[in-house]
Amino acid sequence: MSTMDPQTIIARRIAQELRSGMLVNLGIGIPTMVANYVPNDMKVFFQSENGLIGTGPIPEQGMGHRLLTDAGGRPVTALPGACTFDSAMSFGLIRGGHVDVTVLGALQVDAHGLLANWMIPGKMVPGMGGAMDLVTGAKRVIIAMQHTAKGKPKIVTKCTLPLTADRAVDLVVSELAVIEFAGGHATLLETGPGVSVKQVIAATEAQLAIPDKVPEMRL
Amino acid sequence: MKTVSAADAVALIPNGATLMIGGFMGVGTPERVIDELVRQGKRDLTVIANDTAVPGRGIGKLVDAGLVSRTIASHIGLNPETQKQMIAGKMAVDLIPQGTLIERIRAGGFGLGGVLTPTGVGTIVEEGKQKVQVNGKTYLVETALHAQFALIDAFLADYSGNLSYALTARNFNPVIAMAADTTIVTAEHIVPVGLIAPDHVVTPAPLVDYVVTN
Repeated sequence: MSTMDPQTIIARRIAQELRSGMLVNLGIGIPTMVANYVPNDMKVFFQSENGLIGTGPIPEQGMGHRLLTDAGGRPVTALPGACTFDSAMSFGLIRGGHVDVTVLGALQVDAHGLLANWMIPGKMVPGMGGAMDLVTGAKRVIIAMQHTAKGKPKIVTKCTLPLTADRAVDLVVSELAVIEFAGGHATLLETGPGVSVKQVIAATEAQLAIPDKVPEMRL
Repeated sequence: MKTVSAADAVALIPNGATLMIGGFMGVGTPERVIDELVRQGKRDLTVIANDTAVPGRGIGKLVDAGLVSRTIASHIGLNPETQKQMIAGKMAVDLIPQGTLIERIRAGGFGLGGVLTPTGVGTIVEEGKQKVQVNGKTYLVETALHAQFALIDAFLADYSGNLSYALTARNFNPVIAMAADTTIVTAEHIVPVGLIAPDHVVTPAPLVDYVVTN
């Protein structure tokens, strides 16, 4: 295994999926870290669903503006050229197919790419926030998650938790693997640093299609 | 538009009222009106808002004081007190996808019966809802929302009631301004008529009933 921590592996690998000019929405947690690994010369528009395009880095201590926050209510900055808008516009952008990529966390992803990421009945009922609209409307949905939770696979045959949408995600990036869900099934595209195909299969409940050559992530 | 004190504005709100409240995690929430609701102890409130912020802030203060009997929101995950009251059965909570919630409010203000959205199809959100096919795609019928009062926080208000907003404090505010019988506004600055340029007015004056001046 790599000495890089799992979250950094995931965030660095997903940053490679972004391109200049894209409108990108990052969820809370590991997805937020993706912005840290976008090269300086790449001009990505980051959307904050509370009404901002052009979201910049977290401000230094004491330099935040109380009316400029991210979707978790924490201070952010706005880059030159940023713009603000109301929530109807923000979700028009999301649901209307104007967001090129959304990166979200997951509780479970099933063999067909269906996602459960917003509640655990009887345990955790935070509300779906913008997740259902993002998965329904974004052009490409990338899941950033650790491969297992407490040793149990999160990529399962069938989700047991309530689904987020009826649309499949496009890509899952974990510290062990990059898995694509084109054509309604899971294909292993890459393994994590120092991880074997066998290890990925052992940590995955869903059936994986394994191509002849599975390269390691280049980070 | 009339200028009023926070106390007089809140005195208009009866117990059991349905309130739409602006703000996203407390940013862009009219704190002075919230504080006055708590001071006057208005109870059995139905709150329609994006979220319930955190304890001690914005809508969280209404929850802390036990004044909310029903919440219609997209996210309550950052307010443990809301979750506690929901689990204890003290507060009913309807969770709605954020894009659907804002569109239901927009529909209410724009004279529409509701909207057709693909969000929620194939999930538990579709339970009990009408589904329609348009051009081969499935949509949920999501009905319009109205409230008795919209409680708004703006950046600038002029003395005729025109409003503009700042940064991410805009969020639900201009949309809820359309969807309630009575609109009450707090603003960072109240300025002379004409100071907000026509192109910069987001909420037109006729939508605003009261601007709180203290």
